[in-house]
Amino acid sequence: MVIDASGLSYKELNERIKESSDTEFDIENLKGQRYIATGSKGKKIVIHGTPGNDVGAFLDGSEVEILSSAQDATGDTMNDGKIVIHGSAGDAAGYAMRGGKIYIRGRAGYRAGIHMKAYKEKRPLLIIGESAGSFLGEYQAGGTIIVLGLSSDGKPPVGFFCGTGMHGGKIYLRCNELPPDLPEQVIAEDMSEEDEKELREHLKDYAATFNLDIEKILKEHFFVLKPNSQNPYKRLYTHI
Amino acid sequence: MSGINYLFPEYEVKRDYDRCIACRVCERQCANEVHHFDDKRGKMVSDDTKCVCCQRCVSLCPTRALKIVKTDNTFKTNANWRENMITNIYRQADTGGVLLASMGTPKEYPVYFDKMLINASQVTNPSIDPLREPMETRVFLGSKETKIIRDSDGRIVPHLNQHIELSTPIMFSAMSYGSISYNAHRALAMAAEELGTFYNTGEGGLHEDFYKYGKNTIVQVASGRFGVKPEYLEAGAALEIKMGQGAKPGIGGHLPGAKIVGDVSRTRMIPEGSDAISPAPHHDIYSIEDLRQLIFALKEATDYKKPVIVKVAAVHNIAAIASGIARSGADIISIDGFRGGTGAAPAAIRDNVGIPMELALASVDKRLRDEGIRNNVSLVVGGSIRSSADIVKAIALGADAVYIATSALIALGCHLCRTCHLGRCNWGIATQRPDLVKRLNPNIGKERLVNLINAWTNEIKEIMGGMGINSIEALKGNRAMLRGIGLNEKELEILGIKHAGE
Ligand code: SF4
Ligand code: SF4
Ligand code: SF4
Repeated sequence: MVIDASGLSYKELNERIKESSDTEFDIENLKGQRYIATGSKGKKIVIHGTPGNDVGAFLDGSEVEILSSAQDATGDTMNDGKIVIHGSAGDAAGYAMRGGKIYIRGRAGYRAGIHMKAYKEKRPLLIIGESAGSFLGEYQAGGTIIVLGLSSDGKPPVGFFCGTGMHGGKIYLRCNELPPDLPEQVIAEDMSEEDEKELREHLKDYAATFNLDIEKILKEHFFVLKPNSQNPYKRLYTHI
Repeated sequence: MSGINYLFPEYEVKRDYDRCIACRVCERQCANEVHHFDDKRGKMVSDDTKCVCCQRCVSLCPTRALKIVKTDNTFKTNANWRENMITNIYRQADTGGVLLASMGTPKEYPVYFDKMLINASQVTNPSIDPLREPMETRVFLGSKETKIIRDSDGRIVPHLNQHIELSTPIMFSAMSYGSISYNAHRALAMAAEELGTFYNTGEGGLHEDFYKYGKNTIVQVASGRFGVKPEYLEAGAALEIKMGQGAKPGIGGHLPGAKIVGDVSRTRMIPEGSDAISPAPHHDIYSIEDLRQLIFALKEATDYKKPVIVKVAAVHNIAAIASGIARSGADIISIDGFRGGTGAAPAAIRDNVGIPMELALASVDKRLRDEGIRNNVSLVVGGSIRSSADIVKAIALGADAVYIATSALIALGCHLCRTCHLGRCNWGIATQRPDLVKRLNPNIGKERLVNLINAWTNEIKEIMGGMGINSIEALKGNRAMLRGIGLNEKELEILGIKHAGE
């Protein structure tokens, strides 16, 4: 089903998607309407034009493909499903996501993947093709974040304070040097064989989606960031 | 110098050996391991240093042989350097630690509820006898529609915004599963259902067994988003965004990994043993506009069927903050005063940050009225509501309803020992230890909660009847029914009430 978004509010748009028995949608002429596909499940939605903030918030299994760029809070607290962004994403992409996948071909703004969590079979995955802004993976508690730095020439593809408060999960950074200000809660190591196997799995679908050469990507050096169990996020308390 | 213990136990366990039959009940009941039987001496002994004065052993001793008394050991008296100031320094000098505490602040700040008196009718405007005449305690929380829409025949088209209906203006406020036990949550859920009111999940998710109480449940969404998934949002009757908490404004939550076990881990949807960290800010909310974005994302996700509550701590600029929230699309604002309880907070914050709910409520209600937006939202206040009289006063100051937590826990047996953060609550409330949790029978707990709320509701009716008022709606914001006692001009001005005798 093709929906012309011109003049439609986000509410009307979402209602049409929810109420339709169709499972595949092409939304055309989207001009910044927010909350597209919020809480959506079981649909396949291709967005032509620009979605506003909170696209795919609480997403529950649908697939959303954005042919251009997304704004802030893409996939906020998403539970399941997949969001593919051919351009870049604004701030807080994948905030508290607890399942599903977000693929960004371009860059991500501040605070991508913060509060990401994993539980049992729910293992969220956020892959960023170019670079991410500051506070990537802040308070990350689980799941996997991968930043490929495809145009960063081996420089760290992240901004300041990467992984602050991280206490679970993993961040892969494709670069030759580490960000200079990694916080104490994080330990950074060269990618192990085990990690690489996992990474390859994660990247297969991503590379196919964006027509990238996975071998070329994997040829470069990767660091893996994990929470430092020797220095957990805690303060020393005394009781009264 | 190290090795010297500077701390003298604050409480002493007094055992009347004429009464003690050495049944060892106290030993089994005290999770702090204060009591034990001394084989050599052939009698029960106690280690005062571990006693937190929770009164469990006192209540359970079959011969009433026990009492706990405050020690009369006295530091040299000093009005400035009080004993607890000095001992806190000893503690911190020993450990380098942040002082952690729980429940509401024990410090002596003014309680404005205790400085307000309620009116009653005499001669004119006769009082109402609630036994004979109907008294409406039902309230609807949500944004009130002020426009009347008619169809082409001139008939009124009924249209209501999302709201929740309470049989009495009292709800149980947020306490997460994790900070309190399964049985405590169950008692609250069952009581809310029986009473026709609501309890609140707190930020720890909703246990699978409690989805069935959904129509009496408020589900909370906090910065850490624990357990927040589509079914969770669907399950509740209303959604609450937690921006702040009265006991620790500006501070987040941190449930240590040791408490993330079994069901708590499953409910929060994080692995066992991992820390549950909810930082103070929502990292996607830096403005009222950002708050609006989350409110509408939640509304979109739940098809605009549920009202959204925004909970904030009472802080200095609360009136301006509430004005912003009232324009953000929120249906209900919950204001949590600084005397409110907590499962754990740095004492320096709990005891010094925030303002009392009475002042916050009065200034918010006034501000929203002045700006003509009071009907945009309902106001719910909490932060140490201790009695039906507190509730009547809060409503007269402008609240639509109140949130209670500490008083609900007291109904369940809490003795305010203020050591919830230790996780060894002898009353089975603030603990996850199975042997302790089972001490709280959820059915009895439910009965006690139902009794308390029914008793308070009856008292509210009596007080309202005395004023010649027959509904909560008519009491709401009716500040003419209040007079201050012993308050200065400024306090009266903020509360918007006259002094007694005026
Ligand atoms: S419970 Fe009472 S009677 Fe029993 S051992 Fe303790 S103090 Fe003695
Ligand atoms: S901590 Fe409680 S149960 Fe233990 S001795 Fe003190 S009052 Fe009794
Ligand atoms: S809930 Fe338990 S630990 Fe907390 S204050 Fe009450 S009795 Fe003490």
